[in-house]
Amino acid sequence: MADGFTGTTLRINLSNGEIKKLPTDRKLMRDWYGGRGIVAKICYDEVPRDADPLGPDNVFIITSGILSGAFTPGGSKVEFGSVSPLTNGQGDSNMGGHLGPALKFAGFDLVIFSGISPKPVYICIDNDKVEIRDATKYWGMGSLDCEHVLKQDLGEDFEIATIGPSGERGILFSCISHDFGRQAGRTGQGAVMGSKKIKAIAVRGNKAIKVHNLEALYKHTYDIIQRTKEHPNMEPWQKYGTSFFIRWSNDNAVMPTRNFQTTWYEDVEKIDGESLVTKCLVTHKACFGCWMNCGKYSKAVIEGKKTVFAEGPEYETGALCGPNLGMHDINHVVYINYLLDNYGMDSMSGGGVMAFAMECFEKGLITEKDLEGHTMKWGSIDDVEHFLDMVVNQRGIGAWFAGGTRKAAEKIGKGSEKFAMQVKGQEMSGYDGRWAPGMLLSYMTADIGAHHNRSWTITVDMAEGRETTEGRAKIVIYLQHIRPLFDTWCSCRLFWGELDITPEEYAEAMNLITGWSDTIDQALKVSEKIWNLNRCHYLERNKANGRTFDYPPARSWEDKIPSGPGKGKGVSLEQVEAMLDDYYRERGWDKNGNPSRALLEDLGMGFAADNLEKSGFLGKPLEGGIPKVRGEKYKPKAF
Amino acid sequence: MRIKVNADNCTGCRLCRQVCAIKHFEEINPAKAALWIEAKFPDPGKYKPHVCIQCGKCVKVCPEGAISRDTSTGAHIVDKTKCTNCGICVSTCPEKVIFQHPDLNHVIICDFCMECTTVCNVDAITKWDVMKPSIAAGKEA
Repeated sequence: MADGFTGTTLRINLSNGEIKKLPTDRKLMRDWYGGRGIVAKICYDEVPRDADPLGPDNVFIITSGILSGAFTPGGSKVEFGSVSPLTNGQGDSNMGGHLGPALKFAGFDLVIFSGISPKPVYICIDNDKVEIRDATKYWGMGSLDCEHVLKQDLGEDFEIATIGPSGERGILFSCISHDFGRQAGRTGQGAVMGSKKIKAIAVRGNKAIKVHNLEALYKHTYDIIQRTKEHPNMEPWQKYGTSFFIRWSNDNAVMPTRNFQTTWYEDVEKIDGESLVTKCLVTHKACFGCWMNCGKYSKAVIEGKKTVFAEGPEYETGALCGPNLGMHDINHVVYINYLLDNYGMDSMSGGGVMAFAMECFEKGLITEKDLEGHTMKWGSIDDVEHFLDMVVNQRGIGAWFAGGTRKAAEKIGKGSEKFAMQVKGQEMSGYDGRWAPGMLLSYMTADIGAHHNRSWTITVDMAEGRETTEGRAKIVIYLQHIRPLFDTWCSCRLFWGELDITPEEYAEAMNLITGWSDTIDQALKVSEKIWNLNRCHYLERNKANGRTFDYPPARSWEDKIPSGPGKGKGVSLEQVEAMLDDYYRERGWDKNGNPSRALLEDLGMGFAADNLEKSGFLGKPLEGGIPKVRGEKYKPKAF
Repeated sequence: MRIKVNADNCTGCRLCRQVCAIKHFEEINPAKAALWIEAKFPDPGKYKPHVCIQCGKCVKVCPEGAISRDTSTGAHIVDKTKCTNCGICVSTCPEKVIFQHPDLNHVIICDFCMECTTVCNVDAITKWDVMKPSIAAGKEA
């Protein structure tokens, strides 16, 4: 086994309780790097195309990649993966904290769960001792509450991931929580964990991570630490974390406001980063080995409600549960953050789902009668609290929203799908793409739906022109390779975006850990391979041409921005179509958005071309052949 | 030399524990570090670094006489040939900063190399360039 890996894979069949310790597949790790890559390949290989994502045939994987835990910048992540119940495509989501490193210290590269447990369980990994334990006592607890109780029961030194009632009950945008505020939120990984009846995973380890050249790695990272301490972004980052960008996004007219109706919020000063740190901050909080502590652990004090603690809101939650819900008090945003965290709901999708419900209420598509006598008004914390109770208990129309925005719009009808702000079933991140066309294209084409971590282009759009779509596809493609590469390494990308650590420096860390000598271009090629494998997986499962799934909701081109600095701006449907055409061509896909054989073979994935051909969705050969290089190197200013 | 703790600054990153183990054992394994971070969550939501405060209780309780003071640094040094890993000092230490590890047949105590303080980016632990008065005077703690 290459250095950097523990060499052991756990396979746990929850249906029969069998626990197997197997040698980690060396070739698989070499070809796919681990993290997001290994998760994509295992799901592609092992989950039948017609399997119910919440059924026994889906797998559920937890893994930490090469950089996690291994004294690298931002090396703290843990990756979860399975076929997503929210998108019905390959799903992955990751979080920081301390769990990923702990898994390695316990001696495991990855854990692959299959089947469904007959009763609620939690998994206890204490170095070599791995047990499936009864979780009846914990079932029903909130995510944060359960972590607290498990720490009391097992010991403070266990690192614990939990789900809340939301994941237990199959609400499709459920998340996995850890470290009292870190979440793997997207793609409904919490719902999959809940479907398998896993309430929690507790890990403790005291083994060393073996690396190829520790002396050089130590110098490499130590020098980066000392260099970045002096970086001008360090101080604001440490003070505000991502909440700094609330004001920035608003000033630049990309802030989702009242369900993406407009892009500028008039009361931003009431919910921005400054109000967070002055009114609610309890402590700055960092992930494993991170020296820029973006976490803001906060307290909400609201008259008539219990005082609660939550980590955040970071930017996404702050935007999607702040301006997007029309909130006027940062304490209320922290309180909503807490509610979603403790229920175990993704606070990004949660914000999107609630904003959608509020607009439906505003337009009379749902009424007080539907809401058990309550309203669902912008800015009302009481309405939010009641609505979430309906959703988590799937009471009345709460059950519609439990499936996320797309499914709720299908139930409500009456044209509501126009403003159901999602792509492929995944709710949009906290940026409106109407005056940031690259961002819109990023949402449209991301493998997991409208999530910004695949590609974030606001500064690109500002630099290259916010009213033109030309040339954006190549940049989006590059970003879709480099940003998910960090998820493949299980490392935080923020050091790259914010502190100017170069991609080459990350690749160097990988090589010092593993003994490999891969260039950054080779690493990007692995990332491109993963991207295309996920596309093939999506097409095989959803059985239609890729283009069918790549459109944003019609608000994106039908409604111009009505207010703020972006007033009157917006893209046309023609521009949306043109961006897709450009994007497919630059990717080596045909006009239907299907990968061609030439491309898949160029990436060493003839097997994927064969499978796609059998399913009827292999792309037609491209006139003039595929582009030699897909994506254009670009360094965005931030994020 | 001592380590000054500014608990309110600590962000719980444990970078200090990583570098401590790398420096002393040449491996990435925070379980071999000579300091720890207490996390009090969800309420009140605070961290507190625990480091050797040079109280000297370990010296007194060690039945083997394996722990001695380095009067130039103030550190308590473990004589690995004498230490039997009995653990009496571990349970006596008020800061719980004497550690045992299954790989080792001796306890781990901070030697005040100060590497941890060079990576802490929030000054939660800082190099404190003063000698504890009792040690400077050659007195018992």
